[in-house]
Amino acid sequence: MNLFLQITLAVVLVMMLFFLWPAFKHWQEHGPKASKGDWPAVVLPLALVVGLVVLLVALVR
Amino acid sequence: MLRKDNVAMNRAPFSLTLDKSAPEVGNKVLRNTYMLLAATLAFSALMAGVSMALALPTWMYLVSVIGAILMGMFVLPRTANSSAGIGVIFAITGLLGLGLGSILTAYLALPKGPEIIATAFGGTALIFLGLSGYALTAKRDFSFLGGFVFAGMMVVVVAIIANLFLQMPALSLAISAAIILLMSAFILFDTSRIINGGETNYIMATYGLYLSIFNIFVSLLQILGIMGGDD
Repeated sequence: MNLFLQITLAVVLVMMLFFLWPAFKHWQEHGPKASKGDWPAVVLPLALVVGLVVLLVALVR
Repeated sequence: MLRKDNVAMNRAPFSLTLDKSAPEVGNKVLRNTYMLLAATLAFSALMAGVSMALALPTWMYLVSVIGAILMGMFVLPRTANSSAGIGVIFAITGLLGLGLGSILTAYLALPKGPEIIATAFGGTALIFLGLSGYALTAKRDFSFLGGFVFAGMMVVVVAIIANLFLQMPALSLAISAAIILLMSAFILFDTSRIINGGETNYIMATYGLYLSIFNIFVSLLQILGIMGGDD
């Protein structure tokens, strides 16, 4: 049962890759480019997320 | 150690239309999105409760993820512009809730299970509320993240496919960590697109945010289960 489900899931995920490809290509070619200060504005909250996860792991240990 | 596959990440392609001249439209979409998101999360929690009460087996999670991905790819985009879309999104989130309940049952059997679930729940809420608040107040357009998040999604999906058969705990942990970061970036990206008029369909907007929350919760469960467990 589990192996059958895993194979089915793998097939569905490969389909998902084909489904995602046009969106990925579209955004790569036509998506807006980052301007100055944009990346630091993303990295800072993501770093806080990492810090929170580390804190949560320490809490449950 | 529990093995789960964090794969409910199917997202429809986004349009690139960015209408900055309609902040009222963005506010209306945002309001509708948050209302529908609250309703779908509540329904999902209800279905998770039903699943736990029925003690559904853990393979139900894989079944629900497969069903949700297929519906997200083939049914939702065709119905999102009609009232039928509401029914479809409730079907998808209900199905995912049902699958989630089955893994929560397994986590509850762990020595620190209830603590792990509560911590993952609190962490997910904190991440979502914090990032949404940041995206709403930062006055920045995070649409430039589009290429990055879709590239990241494809890499993660390939890694998930590989780990379905390799079953490596370290890779599983790395995938979960990557999903949390990727879904966090998606929250910034999706919220920014809603308020800037890039996403005008609140059903699709809800779907994107729901998947981010769901994936962060499941990945946090996995990380806390591996790192915080006694096994």
